[in-house]
Amino acid sequence: MISFWRKIYAKNDNVKAYTLLSPALILIILAMVVPMVLMLSFSMFTQVNMMEIDYTFTFQRYIDFFQKKLLVTLLIKSIKISFLVTLITLITAYPVCYYIAFYVKKNKMLWLVLLTLPFWTSYLLRVFSWKIILGTKGVINSSLINAGILNEPLTFLMYSETAVVITLTHAWAAFALLPLYVSLEKIDFSFIEAGRDLGLSRFEVFWKITFPLSLPGVIGAILIIFIPTVGDYVTPALLGGTDGRMLSNMIQAYFGKINNIPLGAASATIMLTTVVIITIIVSNVTKKLTQRLT
Amino acid sequence: MNNSFIQINNISKHFKEVKAVDDVSFEIKEGEFFSLLGPSGCGKTTLLRLLAGFEYPTYGNLLIDGTDITALPPDKRPTNMVFQNYAIFPHLNVEKNIQFGLRKLDLSNDEIGNRVKDVLTLVKLEGYEERFSNQLSGGQRQRVALARALVRQPKVLLLDEPLGALDKKLRDEMQLELRTLQKNIGITFVFVTHDQQEAISMSDRVAVMNDGKIQQLSAPNELYKNPKNIFVSDFIGETNFLKAETKSSDGEFINVSIEELGEFKIKNNLNIAANSSNVVCSVRPESMMISKVKSDWDICLDAKIRQTSYLGEMTRFYVEVQGIDKTITVSSQHFDNQSFENNECFISISLEDISLLNKK
Repeated sequence: MISFWRKIYAKNDNVKAYTLLSPALILIILAMVVPMVLMLSFSMFTQVNMMEIDYTFTFQRYIDFFQKKLLVTLLIKSIKISFLVTLITLITAYPVCYYIAFYVKKNKMLWLVLLTLPFWTSYLLRVFSWKIILGTKGVINSSLINAGILNEPLTFLMYSETAVVITLTHAWAAFALLPLYVSLEKIDFSFIEAGRDLGLSRFEVFWKITFPLSLPGVIGAILIIFIPTVGDYVTPALLGGTDGRMLSNMIQAYFGKINNIPLGAASATIMLTTVVIITIIVSNVTKKLTQRLT
Repeated sequence: MNNSFIQINNISKHFKEVKAVDDVSFEIKEGEFFSLLGPSGCGKTTLLRLLAGFEYPTYGNLLIDGTDITALPPDKRPTNMVFQNYAIFPHLNVEKNIQFGLRKLDLSNDEIGNRVKDVLTLVKLEGYEERFSNQLSGGQRQRVALARALVRQPKVLLLDEPLGALDKKLRDEMQLELRTLQKNIGITFVFVTHDQQEAISMSDRVAVMNDGKIQQLSAPNELYKNPKNIFVSDFIGETNFLKAETKSSDGEFINVSIEELGEFKIKNNLNIAANSSNVVCSVRPESMMISKVKSDWDICLDAKIRQTSYLGEMTRFYVEVQGIDKTITVSSQHFDNQSFENNECFISISLEDISLLNKK
């Protein structure tokens, strides 16, 4: 029996590969595939009343979604907020990574650790800290009022879209730093020198050499921030108020208070599909743009 | 021909406490194949990067063709560089890489096309336009780097150890090819290398550097035959050093006592002081003769062969001479070790082959 397995094992590389992959595969099947299938199935049922669900297949929930103006608005708002968060993170994280990759000679690791240090505390704790900073009696408002610059606190800071964008940007910045840093670190400085040597200014060298070569990191950072923030519901729930509400808050409500699981499942599926489509478009457009640049 | 095409005037480059280049001055002629030679850390690459504009000197100034370039950024200098690792842009194909440097030259599309075609012919890479860096061999990458720099028709081409990454055979081929190419196009080449054989076989003139200073600047045969100091003598080719002491001098000649061998009258080319023990004698392995019978040369010594290495075009003998505590290396084209009985032999030296050098 042992020799039989040995033979199969030795002859077939696929068997080895699947043996090594099996723990991850089992986990993914249990934690991702099964819930997704469940979600897809539920999105095609009908909630009859609080306790009862009608299990006949129908696409009516998807039609319901697009007929409810609120849901469509929230979907667009979720995308808009995530897009802003991604953009701001990229603009702030890229120069930092550039600096560490090319100008820091010693202790690069220390810099990265220090930059990611705030992210060692819990996500929830950081969201609450922003509440302290942005609130009506928060750090910003009270110092501005005490300094005599303002009479009334700035209301747009708290329970607003602005609050959600600021908090999400801060919360996810560390995840953008790492892919950006890795892709910039890999660029040989002699490419930049060669660009200068061949007659280009610093600015031109950046757009024609450094940026295109760092593109894998840029796309990585975009995806790593856009995907989780679009579905975030903690920050909008705690800091968003009515203005900063996102689709995920509605989805949570459908599974909870409102108790319309099929419509919640349909909303989640639509959101998932939108995110997939957007990421495909974003990475292709970024690639095309860079090709035009060079 | 402009004899001071590149002027390097009192250039120093300090990196914090380290003087990478220490008050160096010399001139490079127009159309010359000039090499900067030295061990790693001697400042040769820093000097090249100062010429390219990647570093700016702490002191001194640089002129190319009469124009002061000391403060110009790399993109404003009439120089182009072939990088040690070639730095071929990985996101562009060969053609785009070569066109890259032409963007800012204000040329018509026709002219760009022609220049790229011509330079690809020059480096023998026709038909490789569409390839990317990772689809090229080391030698081909080196040619692309050369083409990319030459297509801009710079006044000076800077080469930073461009042959270091190639295998021996390809390196020898490229040495010959680079030399021919340089003679044909007539552009001034400044070539950095740590390989003394490479420098002396390709260059019109060589500057040997150590500790940020020029040790000797002369034609390759001068470097080999008349090294100015012990560093150059040791760095270029192989040599035997013998302990020595100078005695009386009559200007042109000086009396030298060499270890246990006796006192000899040697030409004093470097004006070495009389009555000094701070000197050393250098004798090249191939300038000595090894024989079975005594010769009538100026010096003839009894010796014993300890070790031989057969190198094809010559045989190298490691011999022991009575009274000299170091092994002496002698090379000869005519013998193999079979012809000596009991490893006994005679080593002959002609006085004119002994160079007298100051120790540090």
